[in-house]
Amino acid sequence: MNIQIRPILVALRRHKAGTLLIALQIALTLAIVCNALFIIHQRLANMNQASGVDEANVFVITNMWANSDLSTSQVDAQVSADLLALRQLPAVLDATPGSGYPLKGGGWDNFVMLTPDQVQPTSDAAVYTGDEHFVDTLGLKLIAGRNFRSDEVMVMGTQQAITPPSVIVSKALADRLFPGGHALGKSFYSMGPMPTTIVGIVDTLQRQGVDQYAQSHAGQSLIWPLRADDSRGIYYIVRAKPSQLAAAMREAPKALFAQSRMRIIDPKDGIQDYATIRHKVYDSDRGMAILMGIICAVLLAITAAGIVGLTSFWVGQRRKQIGVRRALGARQRDILAYFLTENFLISAAGVVLGTVLAIAFNLWTVTRFEMSRMSMAYVGIGVVVLLLLGQGAVLAPALRASRVSPVEATRSV
Amino acid sequence: MFTYYFQLGLRSLRRNPALTTLMVMAIGFGVAASMITYSVFRAVSGNPIPDKSAQLFTPQVDAWGPQQNLRGEPAEALGYIDATALMRAHEAKRQTLLYRVQLSAIPIGNLDMPLNLISYAVTSDFFSMFEVPFRYGSGWSPQDDDARAGDVVISDVLNQKLFGGANSVGRTLDLSGHDYRIVGVTSHWNPRPRFYDLFSTSGFADEPDVYMLFSRAMDLKMRPNGRNSCRGSLSFTTWQGYLQSNCVWITPWVELDSSAEVASYRRFLTNYAAEQQRAGRFNWAPNVRLRDVMQWMDYEKVVPSESRISLAVALGFFLICLVNTIGLLLAKFMRRAGEIGVRRALGATRGEIYTQYLIEAGTVGLAGGLLGLLLTAVGVGGIGVLFRPEIAKLARLDPPLVALTFAVAIVATVLAAFYPAWRAAHVQPAWQLKSS
Repeated sequence: MNIQIRPILVALRRHKAGTLLIALQIALTLAIVCNALFIIHQRLANMNQASGVDEANVFVITNMWANSDLSTSQVDAQVSADLLALRQLPAVLDATPGSGYPLKGGGWDNFVMLTPDQVQPTSDAAVYTGDEHFVDTLGLKLIAGRNFRSDEVMVMGTQQAITPPSVIVSKALADRLFPGGHALGKSFYSMGPMPTTIVGIVDTLQRQGVDQYAQSHAGQSLIWPLRADDSRGIYYIVRAKPSQLAAAMREAPKALFAQSRMRIIDPKDGIQDYATIRHKVYDSDRGMAILMGIICAVLLAITAAGIVGLTSFWVGQRRKQIGVRRALGARQRDILAYFLTENFLISAAGVVLGTVLAIAFNLWTVTRFEMSRMSMAYVGIGVVVLLLLGQGAVLAPALRASRVSPVEATRSV
Repeated sequence: MFTYYFQLGLRSLRRNPALTTLMVMAIGFGVAASMITYSVFRAVSGNPIPDKSAQLFTPQVDAWGPQQNLRGEPAEALGYIDATALMRAHEAKRQTLLYRVQLSAIPIGNLDMPLNLISYAVTSDFFSMFEVPFRYGSGWSPQDDDARAGDVVISDVLNQKLFGGANSVGRTLDLSGHDYRIVGVTSHWNPRPRFYDLFSTSGFADEPDVYMLFSRAMDLKMRPNGRNSCRGSLSFTTWQGYLQSNCVWITPWVELDSSAEVASYRRFLTNYAAEQQRAGRFNWAPNVRLRDVMQWMDYEKVVPSESRISLAVALGFFLICLVNTIGLLLAKFMRRAGEIGVRRALGATRGEIYTQYLIEAGTVGLAGGLLGLLLTAVGVGGIGVLFRPEIAKLARLDPPLVALTFAVAIVATVLAAFYPAWRAAHVQPAWQLKSS
């Protein structure tokens, strides 16, 4: 089949406005759709990051002390009693005290340095505190070194700045500080005059905060053997026995209130399982992905409908000419090919302009919102989608055109 | 004539149901997407204290130095040393310090379990500077600040919970194991964004329950319950150690009424930093800022980038819908070229054709606006799916938004119709009459 492009171009010059409008619409749609796809993909990637936690069985109790005048030793006694009570519950596997937990949002961050007098930090790490049960309670995978011993666990009073001599770090932090896999046994400094030595490395341990700022430090965490006996409150991280999460979440607050009633566990969100925690921390990521998804879908539908509308109009306008061509020997498929090619030419012009717009929009978000550069793959996908969409949309009117009878050429002249 | 054209427009809408539906849907979806995202944007970018936003300033002093500050910018709050120094100097007519503390109500009255409270430690000027409305009583006096009194102001909501809404001024309240005297009960007051505490909140937190004296909080060694940010090597284990550290956690505000006062306060800040440099506490040149409410909200990026991006994308979407509408209107109008030819031949002027088709486009816009309004209502209702709950609940469909929806739909459609209507008005009557 030999398609003549020249006659199509000549014909298009008689429909400048319509041609321009379709091309413009395709260009804008491409710009929006590939940026939206990029945002969706980014957000979904965020949401699917592993936390390292045994999320099916772990829950967190946010426990605040009603009386903030308690001394550190009073708090410590209460925390010890609470932990004992939690660990004795039939549905509970293990429990640990914490000053935060993965995916909490916000949270405690420290700079990390390799030498004590270094001014520019080497990197940034999420700080977790816990006792010798921390690694097992969260279900972290220890890939090198050892867990904390109970005699290593120190007490940290209200907002004291203490650097314990030993630390367990996530693999991401170990690799960042000591590339080459020799982190075990090495020391570093973290906003204190004393060094802290890596005694263990866990595989994955996501940070507490997952917002934009934390992206460049994703997965970099350290655990210090500290019981955070803060007079304001504490997080109890609890791991239920397999398939006993609901029972454990029911029993735990009762056990704690039986220990003492001078505490506040918010009835609304004082006890949260990891499904809830994950859902909450990725709220805005999920919302953006959904919004962009809806906009993409509606946009493609509207663009397709617009092409159908305009092409139908053109077909209607040119019935006579089509009839003449048919009468002069053009086959149905020649007419079909004509309209498909015409649409392809317009779409091609549209996607060229659209690519420029898409990149410009992405650069704007990069400078304005510190988002990352979009890979050209998204533009590629967008181009293919729009070209196919154009061909698909034009198919129905083009088929109708191809069925125009040669007799039309003779009518109403 | 307008009514007649309007009726013609309605009739024409019915003639091409598919094309009409397509246009109305394009306008409807485009307007709705823009309005839904705009309703959120409007809520998060608004001025929380319009009549005073240009008189309230938050001073910043760089106590971290060029190597540790925020890429040249001073920290977003002050440490204890600088905060109290600014207060003592008293260079502004009104000034306050504030930070979040943790307080809980010990069972009393209607309360049988301890209750966690959102609480701030503030100084006396806080209430007058920020125009806090009172239901009962008032704030405390500067003398009370100096006397380090155990006074508190509580919110209407807490007053309702504890005392059933009765006037509780003068009553005693046990908060976290200490007795406080209630001196005032505020009316509902929760400016959003919470411009005065953008250091510890993202600006959209729930209304605070309790305001206590800053000086009293110092006496009780109350650690900040909000954000705290430090630099360098830390080793404090006592309250005094913490106060002397470089940790920042206090937000200061000053009220300055004229540009002369602003300039003078700026000079004072620079002088203060220079003094610290001379005294050897800072070994860098003065690096201070004095931002007013709107500048501060801008600097702290209160408007979530999600909100900006989705508004931009929605507007882009609307633009495409309009381009789509131009194309469809062109098709719709030109399909009636013959009819236009007849009318022109019978004496209608171009202007009349022009008006008729613009009005017809207006009817499309009106229908699109109606659909858009419906979709906006649905979208604003389900906005919790798209934005964080504390932001989503700020979006609402109020009369101005309804009016805006219609206005945008109609104006945009009429604008989109300019070119198609112009083409319609330039149809050559002779040409049409000949070929039909």
